[in-house]
Amino acid sequence: MTTQRTSGRRKQALAAAAVVAALLTTAACGGGGDDDGGSGSKNGAAGFNAANNKVAQASEAKKGGTLKFASTQDADSWDTTRGYYGFMWDFSRYYSRQLVTNKTEPGKTGAEVTPDLATDVAKVSADGKTYTYTLRDGITWEDGKPITSKDVKYGIERVWAQDVLSGGPTYLKEVLDPKGEYQGPYKDKAKDKLGLKAIETPDDKTIVFHLPAANSDFEEMLALTSASPVRQDKDTKSKYGLHPFSSGPYKFESYNPGKDLTLVRNTEWKQSSDPVRKAYPDKITIKFFTNANDLDARLIAGDYDIDLAQTGLSPQGRTTALKEHKENLDNPVSGYIRYATFPQNVKPFDNIHCRKAVLYGADHVSLQTARGGPVAGGDIGTNMLPPAVPGSEGQKYDPYEMAGANKSGNVEKAKEELKACGKPNGFKTTIAVRNNKPVEVATAESLQASLKKVGINVEIDQYDGSQYASVIGSPSNVQKKGYGIIIMGWGPDFPSVQGYGLPLWHSDYILDSANNNFAMIDDPKIDGLFADYLTQKDAAGKEKTAREINHKVMEGAYYLPFVFEKFINWRSSNIANVYTTDAYSGMYDFVNIGLKNPKK
Amino acid sequence: MTAPLHEPTAEAAPSAAEEAAVAGAEAKSVQGRSLGRIAWERLKKDRLALAGGIVVLVLILVAVFAPLITSLYGQEPNAYNEDMIDPLFGTPTGSLGGVSGDHWLGVEPVNGRDIFARIVHGARISLLVGFLSALVAVVIGTVLGVLAGFFGGWVDSLISRIMDGLLAFPQLLFIIALVSVMPDSMLGLSGTGVRLLMMIVVIGFFGWPYIGRVVRGQTLSMREREYVEAARSLGAGRFYILFKELLPNLVAPIIVYTTMMIPTNILTEAALSFLGVGVKPPTSSWGQMLSSAIDYYKSDPMYMVVPGVAIFITVLAFNLFGDGVRDALDPKGSR
Repeated sequence: MTTQRTSGRRKQALAAAAVVAALLTTAACGGGGDDDGGSGSKNGAAGFNAANNKVAQASEAKKGGTLKFASTQDADSWDTTRGYYGFMWDFSRYYSRQLVTNKTEPGKTGAEVTPDLATDVAKVSADGKTYTYTLRDGITWEDGKPITSKDVKYGIERVWAQDVLSGGPTYLKEVLDPKGEYQGPYKDKAKDKLGLKAIETPDDKTIVFHLPAANSDFEEMLALTSASPVRQDKDTKSKYGLHPFSSGPYKFESYNPGKDLTLVRNTEWKQSSDPVRKAYPDKITIKFFTNANDLDARLIAGDYDIDLAQTGLSPQGRTTALKEHKENLDNPVSGYIRYATFPQNVKPFDNIHCRKAVLYGADHVSLQTARGGPVAGGDIGTNMLPPAVPGSEGQKYDPYEMAGANKSGNVEKAKEELKACGKPNGFKTTIAVRNNKPVEVATAESLQASLKKVGINVEIDQYDGSQYASVIGSPSNVQKKGYGIIIMGWGPDFPSVQGYGLPLWHSDYILDSANNNFAMIDDPKIDGLFADYLTQKDAAGKEKTAREINHKVMEGAYYLPFVFEKFINWRSSNIANVYTTDAYSGMYDFVNIGLKNPKK
Repeated sequence: MTAPLHEPTAEAAPSAAEEAAVAGAEAKSVQGRSLGRIAWERLKKDRLALAGGIVVLVLILVAVFAPLITSLYGQEPNAYNEDMIDPLFGTPTGSLGGVSGDHWLGVEPVNGRDIFARIVHGARISLLVGFLSALVAVVIGTVLGVLAGFFGGWVDSLISRIMDGLLAFPQLLFIIALVSVMPDSMLGLSGTGVRLLMMIVVIGFFGWPYIGRVVRGQTLSMREREYVEAARSLGAGRFYILFKELLPNLVAPIIVYTTMMIPTNILTEAALSFLGVGVKPPTSSWGQMLSSAIDYYKSDPMYMVVPGVAIFITVLAFNLFGDGVRDALDPKGSR
């Protein structure tokens, strides 16, 4: 027995020695083994930022081949009604079409809507409450049958079936049926299951939407994936996400959740019926990884073309890529703002001066570095409207001089605010941060370090990130745990102040669970401005109201923005006609990417 | 047997093995030398063990005087030095992860905290958890082991089955699960204090069966020995026999197993911190440093090497020292 223990310990020591040896070897490799990237863009990559808000190498895209995606993250669901991840919406255009969709153009133009299944954008009545579309000819499902207005209506009705098909955006439901009168297609008593009164289908080619109240962003909502048509006889309800029935140029061949997904050409789809999609490759595959570093290494090695999740390379791969393959990188601004927010139901954050003390006490440069620095993290955030949203002013609106005089924190001002708050010696509070996001933990530590200087002592509580809806989404739990500071990020569902800020700032969106109005903002002025916004018709009016809402939110000191987020995304040297679009928060527009060499 | 009943102190009650050794190898100078002294002389001859012991002593001093050391050294463990960080890559500027006269072992990526200061403070966590959890295990293990061995019967069966159960329990998973249900503050502690307490209690609790089994076995064999028999026939009570006859003879194996358990516990603490259920930020610990170094192992290898080497040296030193102590106390038991 004793002898056994001895050999056990010997093994332990040996193992430890082996680990150290391995570490030293990797260190040696890291130092000397990177001499193969010297000769610039010999590989044919378009160059740094060549696809950022512009089209790179459009003419080099050829028909055919296999476009290979890779990702550490599977979609929440591939069901058009249930998906909420940005990359899922982006990818779903391969197999689903909508009445209108976002333009397949780079940057800001990409966020505009353009007809897809419909012949034209909506004919809107004078009061803004009736939208009429006519479907074009030649549009078909993957079995060759035509797509009718009833399929579109049925697809939209599925949004009402939240008990079966939860997860997706519910804007259409809230706008078309704010009182919740319709029960959804699965509980529909009508024979054809088309009982929703707000949508009329006088014939197979015409569809009419009746809104109870005007909403200036309604057409943007129809461009969301959740407005895709679904055919009743192919609706497998909660299993639809495993094999959606295709209306686009590609159809599902196989899908193993968390492992891989393969799309092949939908032979019934006709180019002539689709003004948007180019459908270059013959086949599209996704391979799912468990390790981000592994994924980055395979992308850089050229085994895969593009990252599906589009959240940027992780620090390891980023450093390698920036040093050796800069021509394969783009550095777009994402639609996200990363921020800390202060629940007003947790003392002392009910007092605006205590909130301001945190805004002044924070070291904004340090927070930016924790997010990855100016290139991989983004510019210092100074207000709460992301650059891609109309009405945004970027760093020009900086009421607390976060990117200016106070960028490294202003201890004096913070202490003044503390005095005004009645806590001259500071106070104690807790930061809630997701444990599965190392970068967010790093920002929490930075905030902890800088707030300590003004006398605010914070404890960091790392909670299970997958449980965020119940942990920080429940105001009573937030209060119980004393989470005075919550670290989160948010991107627009569609680029407008409504698509970004409504769930964050409107008092109607304070929910008992899955709450996103963490700050518990209940300001009649902000609610009123949102109401104004819905009736604005022209772009200038929308922008002005968006600005006013943003200013009101910043004046309330509910948020400490960290960065206007930027990514460093990888595109392989073999892909062409690639560009980022504001429609999907600075991601590449997947649907029209082609391969330069289809045989590779 | 010569063990005298009237002299039952820890030093003067050698086990059969020691006695044989003393009688054999050093029969000439048997007079006037206690067991502790004999062991110490054996230990002095074992260079490797001595070196291990010195390193252990230095580590303990470093841990105890960590705040003093870092204030003399001039760097705070939690202070940010962002001027040392390349904003593009987030890694330290300068060679070898920012090694310089001011920062002897470089700085952390992203925030520029001094690695030497954090390693020194991290030693406190490692040693604290290592020692205290070993203490918990030794206390529980000795008490229950002696009870099982001495009383036998259903007491023995019960305690032995509990030990079997605990040995089969996945302790790492248990702790991870425990962290998510732990309150943020309890018993007047909060944050890191709660986590430390939890690690000490849980590691100690799952560690006691190892020592409990050894103690039980030793007790089982010793209670049938002649000197126990003699004490019993002279009318000694159970507790007299337990405390005066048996426990002193168990001191040697207990010391040996304690020195073996400490490095294992240090590794467990590192593993837990690595998995993110250890101490809370900004408190530094070696395992947590290793875990955050993973993202930078290529661009800033120094960050991973330093805590790795610290864990390696500590565990090696404790193991060498433990080996030496075991050889010194129980020369026949090994190999």
